This record gives sequence, structure tokens and C-alpha cells, in this order.
Amino acid sequence: MKQEHIVIIGNGIAGVTLARHIRKLSDKRITLISSESEHFFSRTALMYVYMGHMKWDHLKPYEDKFWKKNRLELKQAYVTEVNTDQKRLKLESGELFAYDKLVIACGSKSNKFGWPGQDAKGVLGLVSKQDLEELEELAPNNQVCKRAVIVGGGLIGVELAEMLATRNIPVTFLVREPHFWNNVLPDEEAKLIDRHIREHHIDLRLSSNLDEILTDEQGKVKGVKIKETDEVVDCDVVGLTPGVSPNVEFLKNSAIELNRGVLVNRHLETSVTDVYAIGDCAEQREPIGNRPAVEAVWYTGRMMGETLAQTLCGNPMEYKPGHWFNSAKFFDIEYQTYGWVFPKPPEGHTDFYWEHEDGKKCIHIQYEKGSRQFKGINTFGIRLRHEVFDHWLTQKATVDEVIDNLKLANFDPEFYKHYENEIINVFRTQKAEV
Amino acid sequence: MSANLNMSVTGNAPEALSIQQKLSSALGLAGLLIMSLSITDIGFQPKTLWLSLSLGMVAAGIVWYSKASYAHLPEGIKNDGVYFKSLTNRGLWAYILGLLLTGFYVVLYFYPSLLGLNSEGENTGIVALFDPLSQALSGNPASQWFVYGTLYTLAILGFGIKFLWKYRHNRYQRLRTFSVMFFQLGFAFIIPEVMARLNGDDFSLPYYNLVNIWPLNYYNFEQYRVDEFISAGSVGIGLLIFGVLSILVITPILTYKYGKRWYCSWVCGCGGLAETAGDPFRHLSDKSQNAWKLERWLVHTVVVFVVISTTAVVYSYLKTDQYWLSGTAFLISVATLLTIVFSWVMIYKRQELQKDAKYAAIGFLVLILALIGLHFSGMTDKIFVFEAETLRSSYGFAIGAIFSGVVGVGFYPIFGNRVWCRFGCPMAAILGFQQRLFSKFRITTNGGQCISCGNCSTYCEMGIDVRAYAQKGENIVRSSCVGCGICASVCPRGVLKLENDTPAGRINSQEVLLGNDVDLMDLVNQNQKN
Repeated sequence: MKQEHIVIIGNGIAGVTLARHIRKLSDKRITLISSESEHFFSRTALMYVYMGHMKWDHLKPYEDKFWKKNRLELKQAYVTEVNTDQKRLKLESGELFAYDKLVIACGSKSNKFGWPGQDAKGVLGLVSKQDLEELEELAPNNQVCKRAVIVGGGLIGVELAEMLATRNIPVTFLVREPHFWNNVLPDEEAKLIDRHIREHHIDLRLSSNLDEILTDEQGKVKGVKIKETDEVVDCDVVGLTPGVSPNVEFLKNSAIELNRGVLVNRHLETSVTDVYAIGDCAEQREPIGNRPAVEAVWYTGRMMGETLAQTLCGNPMEYKPGHWFNSAKFFDIEYQTYGWVFPKPPEGHTDFYWEHEDGKKCIHIQYEKGSRQFKGINTFGIRLRHEVFDHWLTQKATVDEVIDNLKLANFDPEFYKHYENEIINVFRTQKAEV
Repeated sequence: MSANLNMSVTGNAPEALSIQQKLSSALGLAGLLIMSLSITDIGFQPKTLWLSLSLGMVAAGIVWYSKASYAHLPEGIKNDGVYFKSLTNRGLWAYILGLLLTGFYVVLYFYPSLLGLNSEGENTGIVALFDPLSQALSGNPASQWFVYGTLYTLAILGFGIKFLWKYRHNRYQRLRTFSVMFFQLGFAFIIPEVMARLNGDDFSLPYYNLVNIWPLNYYNFEQYRVDEFISAGSVGIGLLIFGVLSILVITPILTYKYGKRWYCSWVCGCGGLAETAGDPFRHLSDKSQNAWKLERWLVHTVVVFVVISTTAVVYSYLKTDQYWLSGTAFLISVATLLTIVFSWVMIYKRQELQKDAKYAAIGFLVLILALIGLHFSGMTDKIFVFEAETLRSSYGFAIGAIFSGVVGVGFYPIFGNRVWCRFGCPMAAILGFQQRLFSKFRITTNGGQCISCGNCSTYCEMGIDVRAYAQKGENIVRSSCVGCGICASVCPRGVLKLENDTPAGRINSQEVLLGNDVDLMDLVNQNQKN
């Protein structure tokens, strides 16, 4: 029998996880196509190269010899067209490339919302390796870049602010919401992070929208205008970080059905046979639970890769992610979340919030009012065990069980001060009668 | 790739020193300059004043520099610009510092007279400058080793304060650093010096740092020391017994409970210097699989070497039958002990050993037993094939001086701060062997939270590719891990935790990470077991 050739567009976490797992399970021929970088790297760590914590090579989770050793073929190319009838890809070089099964794992690109000047020189996002290279060129220091403006108060925005701050570049940070990441975080945590961002001398502007990006005669950025105040902020670089969206332009003329992303069913199959999509670029036809239809998260990309490998190796499997979890770091404050915590508790739910007196650690729990079933926790500045919370969520533990046993879930380094007793006391005082 | 070229070489990233950092560096260097000038005997008098001034300026310079670097910043990880600085990115300054350090070690070990050591009469130069301090502590004039010990202690205390400032948010790091500072100042420096005061005509103890355990302290059981111990009565015998118990009883118990970190990053002087003065260079360790392979071969070869060499030396004086233990009985005990350990590993821990470690263990055991057999087959003057003294002196030269000193510390700015501990230290190898096979210690990975960023691997001074385990959801159980805890500190997602827990389930490996479909995880992990 002819060896099946699986071609994966994209060598990010989704595509690479898929390739590794297929290799573990089978002998199929596997090709990873990417124009971004020769080898897989950790996108989430791009910031550390600019900050001087690491070099580019440190971002690569596998040594360069890994790919050959595991017979994973790497092709540096840009796919311009997908012909699903002939099962062929057209590459930018004009070359045609055949596949037996195709997996689209091409990830995201930065959002742009049609602002005047958004394509000027000096405007960039922070998603790709090329973005990092461009930033290094545009903002090597505070002489070349006297000020930067960041638009969009999410995870990438705050990373970019931290990066620029390490090179002593003054940063103005425009956030649409009343507080940082307030569309995801409840007010309390959002305010805590507001304070911390300002502690790092970032000029944080809340409830502020970008009106337009101003350019000079050469078409280079010279400032931005804020909608609410008409204030003009002079700057040399504008970081656009209002989220990401699936990078699916090149599929517009293909037979594959698209919406915002590549539409897939629970088996991660697209509308065309033998074509699949995973990671940031995939869009679930039916969102799963509280999850958005497009999930641009490291972990979900990895999980889709783990799942699809089973399907492609003869064990058809639905994508059924377990309990939601995520994490991030805002300057010096770590954040983890398990289960669902919404900006405001949904109907029939309530919450419990505890904050340490230093204003840098807190936990926020949401639970169902009647049953007292625990729904989710946000934790800042205190590390918690994934395994324990996963178990509690599966067991549908009550908020009381969770609070009483919080010590079991502590994951802070040894000798750290514990706050569980304080948290239990505050909880009992506030919530015992409810 | 263009990224490889242009990153990190823009040159005007945030590496510039502040005015305070420059002034404090100048102050510290001026202190060192006084010391260096004293080599020419230009007559710094009174010496007490100039020595205090010199040491004081170095200490004040380091503390001031630390304050200027960290005090004004919020608590947190302070690795900004590490790869932009010449000194910490193998630039020109790194090579200059490396040359100065290796030069210092060469002079110290092989040309101490250049420092002013004079065994016939009065010291001159730097050694003489340190006479007042040595007189105050031990009542004797200084030696080159006293100068070295003082500077070593100063470095651990000074840069220990810097480390404390850098990691002031992290209680594990703070306690650990206090610990190495305490053991260096007390056990390695002051206590042995003061003990020397007790020595008189009819009572004399060898210079003994209680926490410098054989085989790191490879000369601990040499004849002159053993004789001194015995002649010093019950105190001496007590210390000798303590030395034997240290490696055979105390060390295994503590390593079982806490992992080898109790020694390597909490007590040991080599570890102490690496964790304090060496901290700015920790990321320079080689993380490749080839380096790991080299490490396993080298460090275990050193263990074999030190066991043979020590056995030979001890046998060479025991066989004269002046002691209660006969040479033959000693050799038989060594062989028995090795065989017991080896059999235990092969019977109970076979699966946990990697393939090549198993080969190495078999090979080396056969070698040792063969050599002992060779002895019984007739040679009398020589043990094994060499003179005991030849073995001892070549170990002292190759391992004691060149590896641990010249290369181990001299190359900090090029190969990182744990070259000796990783590739050469027989003590670390023995503790590591036990840590891997028989300990409660591990670094736990937090479910599926790893984002493969690589901070943990980059900042691992032992060159462990921590990420390779963390991104698979596996715990890290590696013999070389000294438990410094920096991987857990620099992790931006709270993925790693050093802990001591039950040995069951310590080594886990799952194909599918937590967070995915429960059925899928069950299925895959079942398949794996079959």
C-alpha cells in the first residue's frame, strides 16, 4: 500500500503536536509547511528575546536534529492556493505540492479594524517572528523610538508594554475597557492589574479608543489621536494588539467553507473530505460549552493536535476539551484560571473575592447560588495545582469544599507564606449565611 | 536567519550601567587594586588598615552595586538584558574575566610564591597583607589558601547579598542563600581557622571543614590526616568517624528525604560560590543532548577514579598493619559495599536506569573488581597497577586543581557556573545517583500549564532541558538537578514546583496532557501501559 502523505500547513503548536503524535502512532509520511520559520518555536516566548532573557535558539523546544530523526519533513514555503479536487497546494514559488490528507494549522494574524494609518510604517502587531524582527528594527532603544503607543488591552498588549519598558521606552497604553482586560476579568482583578501596570511607569489610558494613526510625509508613524479626548500622542511606534483572528485569506478561493475561521465539526473535519483544521484558525460550527467558537490559546491548539492525531491514525475521536484553564503573566504578577470566571457572575451565580493587603495577590471564585457548586477560580500571585482543580470541577465540588481544602491545591514554592487560613476566615465571615 | 543575526546585537539595548552602578563597580575594583598592588611590596602599612580598607571596599562595592541594580525595581524576575551584556553573553568582557580568573587559579595552585608565600621566612606581597587577619583567627601567619579562603568567603557573602536582593520576593531562594552564606562563613572559614588555635605540641587536628565531605574532599582519609585524627584522642576519632558516617549514613538519609539539593545548593562551598558569584552566568550551561551524554561519562569516570585512588591510598598505609583495620579487610569491605550497592540497583531499580547508565555501571564495577582481583593475584608493593601515590597526586592535579578550580571557576563566564558540579564533582555524582533512584525529591509539573517558553531550560545551571519534561506534563527527576529552584522561579506560568513527596508516582509520563478529553487521556495512557 502506498504510504499516506499528511501535509500540515503551519508549524506552530497545533501542527507540531499533531505531527509528533502521528509519528508516535504510525509510519505515515508527514510534511510541515511554514513560511514563518524553519523550525518550530514557542510563540508565547517571543517577548523574552526582545527583553534579552533568551536568544532565538532558546525558543525552539526541540533541537534541530529532532525533525530529521523523527522523519518529519519541513518545507519552508508559503501556500497561496488549495485545490481540494486535485489534492494539491500551490506555493508562492509556483510549485505544486500534493497531499493525501491536509491539515490547516496556520494560526492567527493581528486584528486591524480599519483605522486610518493602520498600514503605515511603524505600526505592528506581536504575533509572528517577523513582527519581532520588525520591532527590533523600529524600537531598538529610546533614541530611535522616543515613545510607543499600544492599542488594545489584552494579553499581547501588556506583553508588548513590558517588552518596551525593559528598553526604557516610554509607553502609552490605550485600553478600550474601563479597566485592563475587563472584558475577561472581573473589576477587582482588572483594577489590581491597572495598578501594577502603572507601577511599571506605563502611561495607562483606560476607556480610551484609537481614532486615527497620524503619519509624516514619508508615510511613517508620528503619533496617534485618541477618540474620546482628541488628544494627540506623539510616538514612533504603534503596537496594534486588539486580539487576533484566523489567518485564512489564502483559502478564500478554495472549496473549504469558511466563516471567521475554517469551519470544522467536532472531529475537526472541514466541509471538504480529507481536509482538517486545528488550532487558532479553526472555528467550531457549534461552540463547545462556554468556549468561543475560535479559541486562540496555546493549550487548545495542542489539545486539537493530540485529538486529530488519533483520528488520522484510524481511531476517530471528537475534540472534547476538558475543563477550561489558562494562564498568563502581567509584568511580575502571575495569573492562572481554572473553570469559568466571568467579568460579572451569570444569572443564578455569585462570587467570592479575596485580596491580600499588598494588593498584588488575589483569588476570585464564582459558584452557583443554590447548589453552591464551584464553577471557576482566578488566581493572581498564588500558584494553584491544575490537577486538583480539574478533579474538583469534574466532581462538581461545592465552593465550601474548595475553600476548605484550598491548601491541597497550593503550588507556590516551598517556604512561601500561605494565605489559606486567612481566605477561609474571610469566606466564612462573608458567605456562611448565604 | 535574519533574526539570529540582528537580535541581541543592536548594542544599545538596556545594558548601559547607571551612574551608581559605575561608581560602585569602581569602588569594588579599587579594593581589588589595593590587593593587587600589595604584590609589589610597596609597603602598605599598617597592614591591618590596608587589608580592612581593601576588603571593605570590595564588600561595599558589591552591596552598593546590588542596591543600585535592584532596590528601585518592583519585586520579580530580573533577567532583562542578560543576553545583551558582554559580560553575561560571552562577549569581550566575559573572556577578559575568564582569563583573569583562570590566571589567578594557576598562580594560586602552582606559583603561590608569586603571591608572596614564603615557607622559609616572613610572607611578602598579598599573603603578607592577609597576615593580620590570619593571626587574629588562627594565630598563624597567612598562606595562599588563607588568602583564597578569605576572598572566596567574601565573594559568597557579597554576591549572596546581591542574590538576596535580586530574589527578594522568593522565600525559597532567600533561605537557600542564607544557608550557603552561613556554611561558608562558619564551617568553611571561621571554625577550621579557630580550631587551629587548639593545636599545640601534643594535640593537633587537621584543617577540617565538617561539611566538605569525601569524595569532594578527596584527601580526607590520607595517612597524615588519619594519623592526626587518631593522635588527637576522642575528639579526633569522633571527627574521623563523622567523616566516614557523612558519606555512608548522613548523606543517604538527607538525600532520600530532600534530594541532593540539601548539599549542592544549601551547604556545599562550590555550590555556594556558583549560586552567588556565579549566578549571572547560569544560563551559559550547554543544554544539548550531547552535553548531557558527555556529562554522564565524565562525572562517573571521576567517581571511579576517586574511589580507586582513595582505596589505593588508604590501603597503602593500612597494609603496614599499624592500624586496627588490616589492608585486606579494608579492600574486602570496599568490594563488598560496592557489590551490595550494585546488586541492589540491578535488582530493584533496573527499569529506571537508562540504557547507557546501565552499561557504564556494569563496566565500571567489573573494572574495580578486576583491579582488586589483580592485587590479590600477587603484587605487593603496588596496589592495582599504579603506585598509590601516583594515583593520588594525579587525581589531585587533574581533578582537584585543574577541573574544580581552573576550569570550574575560571570558566564561569564561558561555560556557566556549574561546570565542575555537573561534569566533574564525584560527590554530586554519588548524590545524584541516589537522587535519581532513591529519593522523595522531584520537580512537579503543573498539569497542562506549560507553554514551552524555555525560560526554565535557559536558566538551568546544570544544563537540564527542563522544558522537555514540563511540556509533556512529566515530573523532572534527574540525577544532576541541584534543586536551586530557579526554573520554578523564572517560569511565567507557575508550572514547576520543587517538592519532597512519596516515591510512588514520582516518575510519571503521559502522552496526552491534562486539560484534554478525559476519555482520550485514559485511552492513550492505557495503551502505553500495555
